[in-house]
Amino acid sequence: MELPYGHGAFFYLQGPFHPESPATLGYQLRYTPREIYRLGIEDANAASRENHGREFARLDPSSQEQFLASMEEGALKFPTIPAALLFAQLLENTREGYFSDPIHGGNRNMVAWNWIGFPGARADFTDWIDQAGTEYPYGPVSIGGTKA
Amino acid sequence: MTTPRRLKPVDAVIIGYGWTGAILAKTLTDAGLHVVALERGPARDTSPDFEYPRIADELRHGIRGELWQPLAAETVTVRHSVNDTAVPYRKYGSFVLGNGVGGAGVHWNGMLWRASPEDFRFRSHIEERYDKHFIPSEMTIQDYPVSFEELEPHFDHFEKVCGVSGTAGNLRGTIRPHGNPFEGPRSDDYPTPPLPAIYAAQLFEKASAQLGYRSFPVPAANSSVAFTNPYGVRLGPCNLCGYCERFGCFLYSKASPQTTILPILANRSSLSVRTGAYVTRIQQDASKKRATGVLYIDENGQELEQPADLVILSAFQMHNVRLLLLSGIGAPYDPSSGQGVVGKNYAYQMVAATSAFFGEDVHINPFIGAGAAGMRAIDEFNSDHYDHSKLGFVGGAVIMAGATGGRPIEQMLLPPDTSRWGRSWKEAVRKHYRHSAPVTVQGSVMSYRDRYLSLDPTYKDKHGVPLLRITFDWHDNEYRMAAYAASKMEEIVREMHPQSQATLMFKPGNHYDTRIYQSTHTTGGAIMGSSPSSSVINRYSQSWDLPNLFVYGASAFPQNVGYNPTGLLAGLAYFSAEKLKSTYLRSPGPLVS
Repeated sequence: MELPYGHGAFFYLQGPFHPESPATLGYQLRYTPREIYRLGIEDANAASRENHGREFARLDPSSQEQFLASMEEGALKFPTIPAALLFAQLLENTREGYFSDPIHGGNRNMVAWNWIGFPGARADFTDWIDQAGTEYPYGPVSIGGTKA
Repeated sequence: MTTPRRLKPVDAVIIGYGWTGAILAKTLTDAGLHVVALERGPARDTSPDFEYPRIADELRHGIRGELWQPLAAETVTVRHSVNDTAVPYRKYGSFVLGNGVGGAGVHWNGMLWRASPEDFRFRSHIEERYDKHFIPSEMTIQDYPVSFEELEPHFDHFEKVCGVSGTAGNLRGTIRPHGNPFEGPRSDDYPTPPLPAIYAAQLFEKASAQLGYRSFPVPAANSSVAFTNPYGVRLGPCNLCGYCERFGCFLYSKASPQTTILPILANRSSLSVRTGAYVTRIQQDASKKRATGVLYIDENGQELEQPADLVILSAFQMHNVRLLLLSGIGAPYDPSSGQGVVGKNYAYQMVAATSAFFGEDVHINPFIGAGAAGMRAIDEFNSDHYDHSKLGFVGGAVIMAGATGGRPIEQMLLPPDTSRWGRSWKEAVRKHYRHSAPVTVQGSVMSYRDRYLSLDPTYKDKHGVPLLRITFDWHDNEYRMAAYAASKMEEIVREMHPQSQATLMFKPGNHYDTRIYQSTHTTGGAIMGSSPSSSVINRYSQSWDLPNLFVYGASAFPQNVGYNPTGLLAGLAYFSAEKLKSTYLRSPGPLVS
């Protein structure tokens, strides 16, 4: 979140803002990703304390899952950041971290790529052009040159 | 800002150094002109910008879009109808805009289609085949002022420039096996043979044949062999790396301006390429009969004036229209009266996709794929290749199979009832990733009286210049076309015998959704036509208002087709370039009176 992405460098963030616009016209709030997290986590912890008497991190796993599900559905109302927006941001970045090259800090030892069978940055399938339909046998490689 | 510094006049200035900018830079410098090309993005080349392994980074390029136009500096606004307030396209979704040398020609897939012969006289063709009332009154489709036959040599040339791999379906009028039988007659075969079908495309081929359809390789500007193009530039064979669309090609296989034309221009002293040059206006003389040059802001924020005898507007479709509007060239289109031309007939494409989910014994290997090579398609339901008399719509779609890669953030296919997260999601990605395949419909969108481009009254770019505003939503014709094409697609997928299948498509009641990537094939707004009252440019891409201004790109299309636009817009550019060389440069003036 200290990189340009976190600071909103990839989004047009000039006003005026019309959050009441149809959802089909996309994101219409003023917040950068890091603001969504910073303000949203505060909102979420306040809601967790109110509903469960403690912060989110200290809930048991099944209460955490329920809490996340009610954020996703928008059943929880947060004062600053819409709960569904915080959840969507969290899910999007989690998925990105899980599936992207380890160079970005997630997917350690290419565990996610091994899990699904994606060969990562291999990017050369000349040897498989005439073997369509047979199982690809090689594991992933990363941009940094590691193999798993 | 202080008075712009006036630079030394040149013979021609080119705005936007992508495909058509490169084509015109070559044409004009061949003819001995001194040319300045202004590109607002950075300089980019295969090395170092697209080098392996750094390019094989889905997050950086496929998701964050480091090769795309940074929206923070400039975007567009969108609204669904003329009475709505438009809001900015703040994050990438529906389409992605190119940036830098090579433009969208760097990050495209390389699907290099020609349009069908009837697409060039679409209104006349429909009125003749059906009747005058077949076209709804709000549909403002027009004929091109140029025919397939006139463009054919230029399509052929561009295919050779790009080393396109494919199989001819109609060679000088003879229908040939394994090619597209619906294409217009071509003077020559593709310059390189097609790559073998990837597995998903093989399943599609078999299923299509079972149903009586004639599938063929998607024409691919992904060269299949080492190839030297007519300019002496070498392309290398595609290795199906899976990092094509949204990426630059590290193998010199995907045709881009960098891999086909720019190498021969690099050392021309008559050509100067200035990057980081953001054009804000095309200037006119007091009589408004002549362009005198352009104003631009350089990388240091300094405003400069570049005088030129000839102005080539070759930016992306939307940017062409925005610059015409900002410059006050031509009458802006007014949807209430239907008068005016600049911004008129904005169109898009209507897409749908069916995901096929196979058992774990079917090895799709989705990560093996190129932008176009290895894919297969059918063209039975595109354009007017089939009888529409009882269907209640015009237009159609190409139906294509085979993935452009299996990059897991963007291209993971999951059954619609899958949880979006948690343990069951994790199980589902493991179960389906290697065993699922997409088939897609890419359909035409007609033009309409109430769908257009204009300047936004509120939102500005980082320099304080108004953004372009898109007014667009679907019409019934397109919902019907998509439903029909999708029903054919689903029938083929059933014949591929997956365990299950699921279709994503837009139905009546679904508004244009800018959050979902659909297509970057936006068209119109500076359309080509036979009269100044109905178009911005003539058949030679020359402005009706300023004869020394030429406008290139998909902004010229009077309505959209079901094919990818690059082949068509490059054909129009080469057709114009030939006329510039043979006539205009000898005797500048209107080429059509």
